[in-house]
Amino acid sequence: MSPGFRASLPVVIFLLAGFAAPLIAVTWFSFMPARTFSFAGAATLENYRTIVESTSYISFLWSLGLAAVTVVLLAFIAYPVAYGLVRVFGKWSMLVTLLFTIPLFVSENIRLYGWVLFLIKNGVLLGTIKSLFGVQAESMLFTLPAIILGMVYVYLPFMLFPMSLGISMVPQDTRDAAVDLGASRWQVFREVELPLSMPGILIGCLLTFVLAVGAIAEAKVLGGQQIIPITHDIEIAFTYAQNWPLGAALAVLLMLVVGALVLLVLRRFDLDVLLGRR
Amino acid sequence: MLNRASRMRHSLIIAWSVAVVIFLYIPTVCIVLASLTASRYFQFPISKWGLDWWTKTLTSIEVRQLLTTSITIALLVTVVAVFLAFFGALAFARHDWKGRSVYQKIILLPIFFPQSVLGLALLLWFNTLGLPLSWKTAVFAHLVWIVPVVTLVISIQVYSFDPALEEAAYDLGASRWQVLKEVTLPVLFPGLFSGSLFAFLLSWGNFPLSLYTTGADTTVPEYLYAKMVAGYTPGVPVLGTISTAGAVVLLIGGYALITLLRRTRSTEQGGQDA
Repeated sequence: MSPGFRASLPVVIFLLAGFAAPLIAVTWFSFMPARTFSFAGAATLENYRTIVESTSYISFLWSLGLAAVTVVLLAFIAYPVAYGLVRVFGKWSMLVTLLFTIPLFVSENIRLYGWVLFLIKNGVLLGTIKSLFGVQAESMLFTLPAIILGMVYVYLPFMLFPMSLGISMVPQDTRDAAVDLGASRWQVFREVELPLSMPGILIGCLLTFVLAVGAIAEAKVLGGQQIIPITHDIEIAFTYAQNWPLGAALAVLLMLVVGALVLLVLRRFDLDVLLGRR
Repeated sequence: MLNRASRMRHSLIIAWSVAVVIFLYIPTVCIVLASLTASRYFQFPISKWGLDWWTKTLTSIEVRQLLTTSITIALLVTVVAVFLAFFGALAFARHDWKGRSVYQKIILLPIFFPQSVLGLALLLWFNTLGLPLSWKTAVFAHLVWIVPVVTLVISIQVYSFDPALEEAAYDLGASRWQVLKEVTLPVLFPGLFSGSLFAFLLSWGNFPLSLYTTGADTTVPEYLYAKMVAGYTPGVPVLGTISTAGAVVLLIGGYALITLLRRTRSTEQGGQDA
């Protein structure tokens, strides 16, 4: 038994019991008759048929669409900051990193609640406008843009950190060489910086996309339940509807989408290069 | 020397980053403001400031119970996660072995997974096993997500660890236990420390996993969620501020400690070199 294999055992065994087994249980449950609570029933595809015949695909499309919009917006918002962290801020970059890390450790529903207080009628934003200009503006709370704002806000660090990791992988020498050979700033970006930092950018996009597909709090807290993402459907099946097999089947479909995407992207990367062995 | 164009570009990047940081802290500021309001409902500009809701919240027995539950869970998660992740990180970054690249990807899977779905899957799994839900099952649920994260955090430190140090100790006749205690652990300490900081704080702030796995016990984020869905109470911003402040103090304290440690260590080494 190699020492590496031995060292991996505690974590692997733990993940088998805590990650693989629950997922297998969910998959198994998705084949049980509707509204039952045991594993003993005869296997059936009934739940999947119910889903195909229902309007669940709307929730699926909302989840995927919102996640895609979030990723695109975040790529543009985070890139300049990530670039700054690596190349511009110098000794300040530790502090900036810290500032971006702190919100990660505060439960996202508290922070989203802060946005409610900011956006709500007579809240910080509209209250200020009212007292300064005497205008009573319409609140954007409980609209689609509010949900997107919340998602961009919550997942920002998950895009930023992999991205700055990617940018730090671009050697200064290569950039200098390109400049010496007469490349314009735009050419350096397009031909050198972007391709070489792509692994980090892609990991950031993947991570934010996956987390955003699983988002539930943003639509509930900031969207006022106007839009029901798939995770909300799953939760309803497990709680109010007490239809665990249906919820399990929805969860399996979501897991398939996420799993396929993650495996597809991760297969292309050497994590050693990305994380440390330079 | 920076030319004019790149100075311009740098200023733009700095301005943009400052704007993003402000954006990131808008909700926090709003919560702190709301916690300092004396009236029953939040209205801006605030007409009556006061600390009434702070005293009410801090003296409430319910809140103390919540804080105890959250801290107990987070402490247990930290201890177990760091222990498991220490070995996990050695397998991830230190040893070259056959299954390593597969293993590295397995570690990432729970991180790249929607947490609300993971919480429900665990609920179903505990139910299958016949385990009654309580804060103990929540510890297990948190670990499923936090162990992989901490493994990555410690791995980054392990990558910069020179295996020759261990080999030298063995050559000098040290036992396996001595090498672990005198060489490996001290060298990896900064990584283990930031790993435990991550473990504690991620557990402290976690909501989706707790929601489905705590049973009758309640953590701070769960309580806040229940209260904010039920309607506005000024206790929510107060507890939210406490939760945020706790994270900030721990993180900045931890960061200061690590910096201090690095500095003492480098002066020690400098002394030895001289």
